[in-house]
Amino acid sequence: MAKLQGLLFGLATLVLVVVATAFFAKEWLPPLKSDRIAIDHGIAVTLLVTGLVFIATNLLLAFFAWRYQDAPGATAAYWHHNAKLEWIWTLVTAAIMFGFLFNALAMWGQLQKAPPADAMLVEVVGQQFAWNVRYPGKDGIFGRTDAKLVDPGNLNFIGLDKTDPNAADDVIMPQNQLYLPEGLPVRVRIRSLDVIHSFFLPNFRVKQDAMPGMAVETWFTPKVAGDYEIACAEHCGLGHYRMRGQLHVVKPDGFDAAVAAALE
Amino acid sequence: MAHAETHAAEAHGHADHAPQSFIWKYVFSKDHKVIGIQYYVTAMFMALIAGLLAMTIRLQLAWPEKTFPSLNFLTKGYTDGVMNPEFYAMLFTMHGTIMVFFVLSTAPVSGFGNMLIPLQVGARDMAFPFLNGLSFWTFLPGCIVILSSFFVGAGAAAGGWTSYPPLSALRSAVPGSEMGQTLWIIGMVFFIASFTMGGLNFVTTILNMRTKGLSMMRMPMTLWAMFLVAVLGLLSFPALTAASLMLLFDRHFGTSFFIPSGLVLSGQVVNHQGGSPLLWQHLFWFLGHPEVYILMLPALGFTSDIMVAFCRKPIFGYKAMVGAMLAISGLSFVVWGHHMFVSGMSPYLGMAFAVGTMLIAVPSAVKTFNWLATLWRSRIIFKTPMLWAMGVVSLFISGGLSGIWLGQTALDIHFHDTYFVVAHFHLIMAGAALFGVFGATAFWFPKMFGRMMNDTLGKIHFWFTFLAYYCTFFPMHYIGLAGHMRRIYDPYQYEFLKNLQPINQFITISAFILGASQILFFINYFWSAFRGEKATDNPWNAAGLEWTTPSPPGHGNWPGEIPEVHRWPFDYSVPGAEKDFVLQTDPAPIGDKAGSH
Amino acid sequence: MATPALDDPGLPPGRGSLPALAVVGHGGGGGRDSQVRFDPTRFGLWAFLGTISMLFIGFTSAYMLRRASADWAPIAAPPILWLNTTLLALSSVALEAARQRLRAWKVTAARGFFGLAGALGAGFVIGQFGAWRTLRAQGVFLATNPHSSFFYMLTGVHVLHLAGGLVWFLAIAARLRRLTPGDDALGLFATYWHFLGFVWAYLLFVLFVL
Repeated sequence: MAKLQGLLFGLATLVLVVVATAFFAKEWLPPLKSDRIAIDHGIAVTLLVTGLVFIATNLLLAFFAWRYQDAPGATAAYWHHNAKLEWIWTLVTAAIMFGFLFNALAMWGQLQKAPPADAMLVEVVGQQFAWNVRYPGKDGIFGRTDAKLVDPGNLNFIGLDKTDPNAADDVIMPQNQLYLPEGLPVRVRIRSLDVIHSFFLPNFRVKQDAMPGMAVETWFTPKVAGDYEIACAEHCGLGHYRMRGQLHVVKPDGFDAAVAAALE
Repeated sequence: MAHAETHAAEAHGHADHAPQSFIWKYVFSKDHKVIGIQYYVTAMFMALIAGLLAMTIRLQLAWPEKTFPSLNFLTKGYTDGVMNPEFYAMLFTMHGTIMVFFVLSTAPVSGFGNMLIPLQVGARDMAFPFLNGLSFWTFLPGCIVILSSFFVGAGAAAGGWTSYPPLSALRSAVPGSEMGQTLWIIGMVFFIASFTMGGLNFVTTILNMRTKGLSMMRMPMTLWAMFLVAVLGLLSFPALTAASLMLLFDRHFGTSFFIPSGLVLSGQVVNHQGGSPLLWQHLFWFLGHPEVYILMLPALGFTSDIMVAFCRKPIFGYKAMVGAMLAISGLSFVVWGHHMFVSGMSPYLGMAFAVGTMLIAVPSAVKTFNWLATLWRSRIIFKTPMLWAMGVVSLFISGGLSGIWLGQTALDIHFHDTYFVVAHFHLIMAGAALFGVFGATAFWFPKMFGRMMNDTLGKIHFWFTFLAYYCTFFPMHYIGLAGHMRRIYDPYQYEFLKNLQPINQFITISAFILGASQILFFINYFWSAFRGEKATDNPWNAAGLEWTTPSPPGHGNWPGEIPEVHRWPFDYSVPGAEKDFVLQTDPAPIGDKAGSH
Repeated sequence: MATPALDDPGLPPGRGSLPALAVVGHGGGGGRDSQVRFDPTRFGLWAFLGTISMLFIGFTSAYMLRRASADWAPIAAPPILWLNTTLLALSSVALEAARQRLRAWKVTAARGFFGLAGALGAGFVIGQFGAWRTLRAQGVFLATNPHSSFFYMLTGVHVLHLAGGLVWFLAIAARLRRLTPGDDALGLFATYWHFLGFVWAYLLFVLFVL
């Protein structure tokens, strides 16, 4: 019985390694459609390193479970420290972790750096349970908004102050419709009207919480024209699951026409 | 502390006589062993409930399009066989809350901590037995309040176990946020008060009441874990107390700690201004991350102590193991921001938190390597406790490695709030803690009830749980990579998640098997408690001090004088020893860690 | 025991005149035969003070963050606070006086000062209610602005801790007759009481000076 347990444990661990590796070899990430390839590279490198550690340590565990079982005549070593060995694996681990850390911080720096000056500006405002999209118009400045002016009946979901001169050319899209031009960097200003939402574009490796009381910007460049989904990634109430928006990436020369058509 | 006087006096007096009546002996007991069992059984009952909540969540995720008229008896949850979305939110909120606080903080820490600390330090009882009893009787109302919230008003809290405001602060933001969230806060305050009393007892007992010869560096890993857990709890829980109080004020008394200006909820302007939702997240995770280690450290301690007894070999790298626990505990206070990388917090802060997060992987890796080195050239006896200990190592590896993915700020952009996170913490935090508790139960059962658990049934339970656990939680990595968000009532509203339904169904079936196999545990536990084979004092031939007590230990733990300790508790297969273990109380000058003091 | 003559028969053994560092040997000293490092009660009390400190540190960090927001409007300290502060300080002084008298075997005087300390402490609590009344009369309520919210909340939490202290005070008062010079009961209570005095000074500093 005991013999069986060790063998079973070894085999189970082996199966885990094989099946897990086989599944990780598949393509799971949603196809990348933005310039954030660095994140995919980071995932690939991390998968490779942690995958190797996963395989090595689990195989050791499986081997030990099978090899060092109690048997007649078996003895255990009285061996409880080895400073050299311990320092080696501590320092090697630390070195690997610092490698990851520097890589991660460099990536993070790239993603957080100031957007190009010619980036297009768009605002996305989350509310229970929809995304409001607004373009600043030709002046490039968003008009004032005020909570008191929110009027869903007249489709003024974000409370735009129409007396503000900057608001005159603001373009408010039908809810949940975001249009972006292909190949141009875009700055998304993310806000929320009520609770925390999270603006998630799975295909673009973009996720940013819409934090009430704050306007947070993130920027990226859509690379491939097409229709994609906007998801809410932060629990925001009972309709969280259906807070789904649509992102249409269109060719730059057809952008204005597409927006105009959507406004019809 | 008003009782400091009276119970200090009782600590002295109690050794003389044991309480006689049933009610003082088993209900309002001050005996650490009874209190430990009370905590343990209550926690396991809560686990049963939280597990059922999880099953219901899984049912919805696998077949949201099907109707289940048989579930209509859950009047708040189902209408015409279809789950209400707000009920789904209550399910995951309460599953998380109960599991994290009322099960996995309680069973290993309050349950086994109370059970084992006096036995392992060599004391008649905890330092403050009255406070200890009071702690349990503060915990129980907390459980009742939390559970009752399902039946009050619109239902239980539905803002997630993290209760992020404004969702949790605005009473109309989510149904159930009405009364349920307030009860959640009250329940948490009870829990924190009880945990604080326990923590005071733990640190005081471990630091001050160790028997002669038991220096800190001769303590078993379980004691180290309990000590650090108590320190973590005492230092981190007050942040949640403060935050909960502020949340309560925001909800009921019109203050604006967490609610910012200019909110509009269902067309109504919210009459609060200036608060910061991020403030809650900082306070919550200042507790929340040490809390993760409060769950895990005891399991890591159990694993070490169980492993040595069943591989008949001293622990490898004891100093490094203790150092790793200290490092993990220290670092756990400076990593909380890794839960907030995409919250809009300053990116520079994100970088700082990434440093701590990546560093904490080093002591975690050291622990794994030391376990592997302990197994190397050992002589493994595969009894139930050992299987659980090996399971903890396995889960610690699998769950720990995904932490490296999540700790990298940029990668977390994609993984944040997806099932990848769910996979990660269920494997490492929940799984390791749960397996640790199962292992500890089988191992120290003789000290609870003076009987052995059934080993065959225990092994069957292990194998079902181990395999089903991996089948349930490992595939969550893949759907997380695919972008599957957490806390989604119906994922298939999204095109990009539609093809993940078969995987969700596989996970759900595994989860049902996992849940059903726990019946084996409950049968084994209760059957063995009353009918199990009688245990000898030291049935595993283990070296720790607790094995010098009778099984079960009587009132005062040792019938005679409390023994003196002469070595560490890891002396197995010592060259020159008669048997393959040397008890901690054995003064024989053999082995590397012997000595009179 | 160093001074067995002072031991009251009603007291547990091992708690003679060396309360703080009573090292009870293996098997000796009666009920507790573990090797005791420090007096566990005193140690536990300090650990408790540690966790209370973390509570107020938690509140303070929230306060600092909240204070930076645009809608911050400071409120004026109600003048009665200075009277209350004096009462609490005097209460601590009276408590120390009681301890000194007790050490000098002046039991009656010690009881008098102990009672005075309690009365002054109760006076502080009543005074805090007075402060809240003053503010309410001025139209400053809990939800008026963030500073007032913090004022009510922090003073409220502090008063709760003091009220717990007063319950403890009553528990000691109930067995005041049996109090002996070697008893650590007053010392433990004094530690807690002085600590709350320091917390009060800290709160005043954070709320109105910083």
